[in-house]
Amino acid sequence: MDYRHVIREFIRDNLSIEHEGAAFSDDDNYFELRFVNSLFAMKLVQFVEQQFGIVVENDELDLNNFCTVNNLVKFVEAKKAKEAG
Amino acid sequence: MNKQTIKCVVWDLDNTIWDGVLLENSDLKLKPGIEDIIKTLDRRGILQSISSKNDHDAAMAALKSFGLDEYFLYPEINWNAKSYSLAQIQKNLNISMDAILFIDDQEYELQEVKSVHSSVHCMNACEYRSLLDDPRLIPRFITEDSAMRRMLYKTDQLRKQAEAEFNGPSEAFLASLNMRMIIAPADEHDLQRAEELTVRTNQLNATGKAYSYEELDRLRQSEDHQLLITELEDRFGTYGKIGLALVHMNETCWRLKMMLMSCRVVSRGVGTVLLTHIMQEAHRAGKPLLADFRDTGRNRMMNITFRFAGFRDKFTEPDGTMVLEHDLRSIPQFPPYIDVVVQQ
Repeated sequence: MDYRHVIREFIRDNLSIEHEGAAFSDDDNYFELRFVNSLFAMKLVQFVEQQFGIVVENDELDLNNFCTVNNLVKFVEAKKAKEAG
Repeated sequence: MNKQTIKCVVWDLDNTIWDGVLLENSDLKLKPGIEDIIKTLDRRGILQSISSKNDHDAAMAALKSFGLDEYFLYPEINWNAKSYSLAQIQKNLNISMDAILFIDDQEYELQEVKSVHSSVHCMNACEYRSLLDDPRLIPRFITEDSAMRRMLYKTDQLRKQAEAEFNGPSEAFLASLNMRMIIAPADEHDLQRAEELTVRTNQLNATGKAYSYEELDRLRQSEDHQLLITELEDRFGTYGKIGLALVHMNETCWRLKMMLMSCRVVSRGVGTVLLTHIMQEAHRAGKPLLADFRDTGRNRMMNITFRFAGFRDKFTEPDGTMVLEHDLRSIPQFPPYIDVVVQQ
């Protein structure tokens, strides 16, 4: 599955970064670029869990895992690899 | 304190609210005393809905003729399984299944619902006269918010329609609401509502601990505590008093002992706004900020709110309460789509 594409799409549909004409790269921290509310945070975690069939544990609820497209792709890949291994 | 409260009563119609079967009978009569029961529950702030296998328009017309149609939120009048209808009502009201009481005259329907939703409360319609004396339906206080609760949910229904019709990112929809949040120290007349919030709130509740009126009154007046209450309004009207936070101001640090937000505003993303305010205040006072979190099995959203706001594990109390810390090096600004008013 193309994790990156799906994740980017989700961010785009929920935050209005691109809507406002700004570009953001896969390394941009969208939590720093703008105010991210608790609803988005919850939706993001749920989206990742449902979309990729993983469970995010308490100690993985680290902002660092979720704050850029690249970090999130890395996190999902690591989780999937652990599962497969 | 007993947290087992019913937030919503879901009624069947035929032979439950009225005697007879609507589609077979044009001469329906309300069950004796039912009107008073429905209106009394409404005044107590108990929400009510309907799950009935019936023709929707005919049933609504019958309710209207009895002057009762306005009392029900998200009525499910269709031919679906009642377990499905209950799930719809639960989702629309955003409350948990164990806060719903389902009343039907048919044992089959009660069993069907129970078999899918084991935590829902069920009652056979023949027992309806005991409803007003049921302790699960008697709140300790009737607050301003409880008396207008149905109207608050009706307004929410309008917002949901507007949201469904809105094209664009969900954030842009929030901006279209013109939200205003007022953060103020809790006053004496806020205390009943404050207690109610600690009892009723599940999802965005950092500790799940219920506080009594007396405790809150003491904390409100304590020199080293801040008890904050927040109200939210938007272009549709007010949401009422929907948030509460308790900060213990120690010599060495500030500690957020309690923070919660009503389930009605979960989709507004305002939990983070109150948290941001407290972070800003702690920063201004030059104190590090700690926050208590206790996993209640229902409040994962609060955990995520803390962690995504930059809080990290500090230590765990013997009773299992996790104490988180924020280094306050970077504090987010208030979101552009909400006007925050801080009252002293």
